[in-house]
Amino acid sequence: MTPSVPTPLAARTPPLAEPSAWHEIALTVNGRPVTAQVESRLLLSDFLRDRLGLTGTHVGCEHGVCGACTVLVDDEPVRTCLTLAVQCGGAEIRTVEGLSPGDAPLTSVQRAFHECHGMQCGFCTPGFVMTATALTEQSDRPDKEQVANALSGHLCRCTGYRNIRRAVCQALDERFGE
Amino acid sequence: MKPSPFDYTAPSTVGEAVALLADEEREAKVVAGGQSLIPMLNMRLARPELLVDITRIPELGHLYVDEAGNLRIGAAVRQARAAADTAVQDGWPLLAAAIEHIGHPQIRNRGTVCGSLAHHDPAAELPSAALALDARFVITGPRGTRTVTAENFFVATFSTAVEADELLTEVVFPPLPADHGWAFEELTRRHGDFATVGVAVVLERSAGTGTVRAARVVFSGAAPVPVRLSAAEDALVGSDAGEQALAAAAGAALARLTPSDDIHATAEYRREGAAHLLVRACTTAWERC
Ligand SMILES: Cc1cc2nc3c(=O)[nH]c(=O)nc-3n(C[C@H](O)[C@H](O)[C@H](O)COP(=O)(O)OP(=O)(O)OC[C@H]3O[C@@H](n4cnc5c(N)ncnc54)[C@H](O)[C@@H]3O)c2cc1C
Ligand code: FES
Ligand code: FES
Repeated sequence: MTPSVPTPLAARTPPLAEPSAWHEIALTVNGRPVTAQVESRLLLSDFLRDRLGLTGTHVGCEHGVCGACTVLVDDEPVRTCLTLAVQCGGAEIRTVEGLSPGDAPLTSVQRAFHECHGMQCGFCTPGFVMTATALTEQSDRPDKEQVANALSGHLCRCTGYRNIRRAVCQALDERFGE
Repeated sequence: MKPSPFDYTAPSTVGEAVALLADEEREAKVVAGGQSLIPMLNMRLARPELLVDITRIPELGHLYVDEAGNLRIGAAVRQARAAADTAVQDGWPLLAAAIEHIGHPQIRNRGTVCGSLAHHDPAAELPSAALALDARFVITGPRGTRTVTAENFFVATFSTAVEADELLTEVVFPPLPADHGWAFEELTRRHGDFATVGVAVVLERSAGTGTVRAARVVFSGAAPVPVRLSAAEDALVGSDAGEQALAAAAGAALARLTPSDDIHATAEYRREGAAHLLVRACTTAWERC
């Protein structure tokens, strides 16, 4: 009996075959120019993770509640699960990968999370770090209420938040003086 | 989940946007900040064929005070920008405070003022703030442009005077008298949650008698639309906003509000909460007069 030769499994051209419109977008991600064809319905979170391989941006709830997917769009923290990639033409996006690329030293925020034990499993961490980064970039020191407000947009199932708040305060002290 | 397929376009004029919405070939939906619509797309509760992004229309990007003293906010203006604007903070502090109660900064960085009003979640802050501030709504569609008062704008849960082929282009807040006081209070389980119940209060003090000259009291989360409670306002007008008047206003809230039960709270809890919030809000508003 001759062994049967398995017939090849045809791979569908990735999503291009889907019945949805495609658009070309040009944007900047972590300081590097990017142009890409994206489907209208592609979420920015999936664009970053699946198309650019930037899997540091985590996806938890996909409806804006958990904050894990937060990145900076034009310097402001936003939910990538509630933003379409196609809406980001011309935008400047920063993800957690862009903070200390390669061998660059950790930023004050990253270092503070490390030193204050501001993470356990780390799933929520990229989101917190991006929101905290935006706080350190404000022209004036955010007050306690603003810090609490900003952090309230993120859920952490491990730490109990105390060390996260300590980390953010340490980074703010470093940036603005105590 | 991921959205079902749709096409996307970002027109650069209101005329183009309205033509796309009126096109009967495709079911089109406006997207502004996307902070309410995209969750619905992700959960496939909404399946439009075309999204019309209005945030790149230059004529909708304005926020300014006109010659008559009205604050005009275009449909592309994000909530964070409006709350941080000094003209808003100085002239319409209630509006700035109401925005600060919306979700989290990350949501307000994208969500628009007009998007929240057009979406009209009964627990949302901006609809009650708009009614308390006597806002007017400018709506443009294939049949032309019309202006609707806040009383007539909110129709039912997730429903407003804006038809499917129309665009809310602008919300207009008339100037407030210099001697007004305001307060915005709400009851939430966690910071950033939609409110269980809330109240917006505007009081005016008459210079001569030192009593309340006019009052506007509006509750959110107490009905499918924001509720202006004239019985509570009547209890306040002419009074010194003292204990007796506040008790009468709270009594009116207890007697007149008919909220419903849901998984977050019973009707009774909402009613009690509303009455307490009202007393607190009136006290704060009067102090600010
Ligand atoms: C985690 C989270 C927490 C939140 N918490 C709160 C909260 O506490 N309080 C609160 O009020 N909101 C809250 N929101 C909702 C938020 O305020 C939204 O930004 C707002 O409701 C909708 O504004 P948008 O610009 O994002 O509108 P979109 O999501 O873009 O649109 C919402 C709806 O309005 C329509 N629409 C938008 N703009 C127009 C227009 N100009 N003309 C006609 N139709 C239009 C759209 O077609 C769509 O149906 C929360 C959202 C999230 C994700
Ligand atoms: S994945 Fe975006 S907020 Fe949870
Ligand atoms: S460290 Fe595990 S969720 Fe925050």
